[in-house]
Amino acid sequence: MACQCDNEKKNIEKYLQPLEEILNNYQVPAESDIDLKKKKKKDSEIDPLTKKKFLIPVLQEAQDEYGYLPEEVLKRIADFLELSLSEVYGVVTFYTQFHLQPRGKNIIRICMGTACHVRGGSQILNEMEEQLGISSGETTDNLKFTLETVACIGACGLAPVIMINDGTYGRLTPDKVPEILNEY
Amino acid sequence: MKDAVYRSHVLVCTGTGCSSAGADSLQVELEDQIAQHDLTDEIKVIETGCHGFCEKGPIVVVYPEGVFYCEVGKKDIAELVEEHLLKGRVLEDLLYREPVTEEQIPSYHDIDFYKKQQRIVLANCGKIDPENIDEYIANNGYEAAGIALTKMDPGEVISEVKNSGLRGRGGGGFPTGNKWEFAYNTKSDKKYIVCNADEGDPGAFMDRSILEGDPHRIIEGMLIGAYAIGADEGYIYIRAEYPLAIKRLEKALSQAREYGFLGSDIFGSGFDFELHIKKGAGAFVCGEETALMASIEGKRGMPSPRPPYPAQKGLWDKPTNINNVETFANIPYIIYKGAESFNSIGTENSTGTKVFALTGKIKNTGLLEVPMGTTLREVIFDIGGGLTGDNEFKAVQTGGPSGGCIPAGYLDLEIDYDSLLEVGSMMGSGGMVVMDEDTCMVDVARFFLDFTQSESCGKCTPCREGTKRMLEVLERICGGKGASGDIELLEELGNHIKDTSLCGLGQSAPNPILSTINYFREEYEAHIEDKYCPAGVCPELAGAYMIDEEGCVACGQCARACPVDAVSVQDNEIYVIDEDLCISCGACEEACPVDAVTQG
Ligand SMILES: Cc1cc2nc3c(=O)[nH]c(=O)nc-3n(C[C@H](O)[C@H](O)[C@H](O)COP(=O)(O)O)c2cc1C
Ligand code: FES
Repeated sequence: MACQCDNEKKNIEKYLQPLEEILNNYQVPAESDIDLKKKKKKDSEIDPLTKKKFLIPVLQEAQDEYGYLPEEVLKRIADFLELSLSEVYGVVTFYTQFHLQPRGKNIIRICMGTACHVRGGSQILNEMEEQLGISSGETTDNLKFTLETVACIGACGLAPVIMINDGTYGRLTPDKVPEILNEY
Repeated sequence: MKDAVYRSHVLVCTGTGCSSAGADSLQVELEDQIAQHDLTDEIKVIETGCHGFCEKGPIVVVYPEGVFYCEVGKKDIAELVEEHLLKGRVLEDLLYREPVTEEQIPSYHDIDFYKKQQRIVLANCGKIDPENIDEYIANNGYEAAGIALTKMDPGEVISEVKNSGLRGRGGGGFPTGNKWEFAYNTKSDKKYIVCNADEGDPGAFMDRSILEGDPHRIIEGMLIGAYAIGADEGYIYIRAEYPLAIKRLEKALSQAREYGFLGSDIFGSGFDFELHIKKGAGAFVCGEETALMASIEGKRGMPSPRPPYPAQKGLWDKPTNINNVETFANIPYIIYKGAESFNSIGTENSTGTKVFALTGKIKNTGLLEVPMGTTLREVIFDIGGGLTGDNEFKAVQTGGPSGGCIPAGYLDLEIDYDSLLEVGSMMGSGGMVVMDEDTCMVDVARFFLDFTQSESCGKCTPCREGTKRMLEVLERICGGKGASGDIELLEELGNHIKDTSLCGLGQSAPNPILSTINYFREEYEAHIEDKYCPAGVCPELAGAYMIDEEGCVACGQCARACPVDAVSVQDNEIYVIDEDLCISCGACEEACPVDAVTQG
């Protein structure tokens, strides 16, 4: 039987508070004036202002806030945008950027693109895996680092390249890895 | 707000390349030193976008002299300010050195890397502050839009673009003017224009550098396109992996709004246009136009069959025109200088220039822009400076995961859309990855297929299942378990997938495999029949290591390094490796102090 006190409900409300603030910015109609003008004369078949187009930006902001996308957050987003949870889930799982599990404070992305591949990107990955004791796609137990691979960061001139959060590190060799990790 | 008149401008490249090489701290140091010498009113420091010569970054250029300093470190700044800015003496140590003659070259235009380039799209990149709209305007920015909106009707704009011969730079090479005409001719109360900045090809960073170095050019190009087709709303769909480009675009959009280049009644012409940024969420297939539109609508980014084309039914079923970043970047030039000026550059069927991202085993990695019709040799050897370590050229990969590998025999090929297709590759977005004798072509094919396979959205069977089967075969070959008939199987599967896939991803996924089989069949055969990887890349097939008797100093380090005890000592003076035990890990080679271990 569920607990009778409503602490649980309050806690969830508190937990979802930051999400509500994000959602507030997506009230329809929230687009530019041009949209508003057009909305009046639109012919009704498909409404370009359907809330659905906010789904991806809302998910991106929610993930920035929570670090990942917990179920309660997805439920609330589905509810707000008048979509089914399965529809939201379908989008979340399609894009590699979205995560359903907690992630590390720092996200390490190792480039496995062509330029990095021919200049030894996989050695950097091996060294990272060894240093952190996790494999690509995993998060350290202390939630400090998440290790991922990506295909091309767009800094191929500096291959092999990695990104930690928004910072780029280029022309790497495996022996530079510990030094870089120490910065975090 | 009038800017003071400065005696000198110091341009610091803050493109992604130079930033990660330390340009950010340079700038702070520069400002400090300039302040210390009381020069703040005389000298202005400007952050620019990419100069293209990422290999030599961080790059600092001092104007009006146009002196080009490369590989500048924080420690050099004090001297630079003291010598150059205060005393007017060029700092020779920081100049670019011609690799062969060691001659120091002070000016940009005399460096081989720049000599053969012709910059239309990149004209402002590295020259102006991308975060300042006034600098763009000072270089004739938004003039083309002014001409188009106030002096031309949409039909005239479209015919100018048609006459220019501009073809889409996003890969397919479809004539841009014709595309605009379709969208123009579809009647609708609402139309959209979209800029594809999803740049997903591994090994490509042209669009990123344009957006970071000259964001207003894209806005202007889109504004002209919107006017031509009659769209009042646009989207820029950009990869979330490009934070700096997004930041600069956002800034540029708000400046353009402030100046009245976006919003309502632009240039007093009565034309309204608003532009939004959409961040991608990490899916390669979203670069495909129908998938991209699904993603903007907030759906899973899956392609849908065409027709209907976006020009008929696009975003929210409204007529939509999609072009690539570089395509839009060419538009202001075409309108401002005229179609004839543009189509006099390049080849008959591919006019204008193309930006390439040159990477891989090449000396001068970086971004360059050359007229269509320039040969591969000129790009790789004259501009790119040849291969690193003066290794032997083996192939150049163009077109990313949809393209192919072009062998040495075609180095004199003149690059354009059609010539690349003829040799089994394609233009793609403009990535060029140079490969040398140490690159295994079977491994490269496997690499690309691994990429396309994991990015396949799963909607159509040939692409979803077919690429998986091909990848299994390739992995088998690289793992030393290839069987005769595998090459033929790959060819057969590849051709079927090309013919039957739903979108460009599947239709082009087999290209890297088919082209490497075509030009490097013997490498595949070596893997399958001799169980040998000639480049020494595939670990299972790299061949055993050997110790050179002459060189060996019997220090025993190799034996200690070997994880499987395959190295033993003979007669107390020479070490040998047991071929049967060797797992080709290379530990002994690394351990050897006298380079006596080689792989055979
Ligand atoms: C799998 C796939 C990925 C693509 N990725 C991109 C891309 O990253 N950037 C791009 O501009 N075009 C990309 N395209 C091409 C677009 O579908 C479209 O043709 C292009 O944006 C049209 O612009 P253009 O006419 O200016 O070339 C891709 C196509 C496919 C099939
Ligand atoms: S391939 Fe690694 S940054 Fe492009």
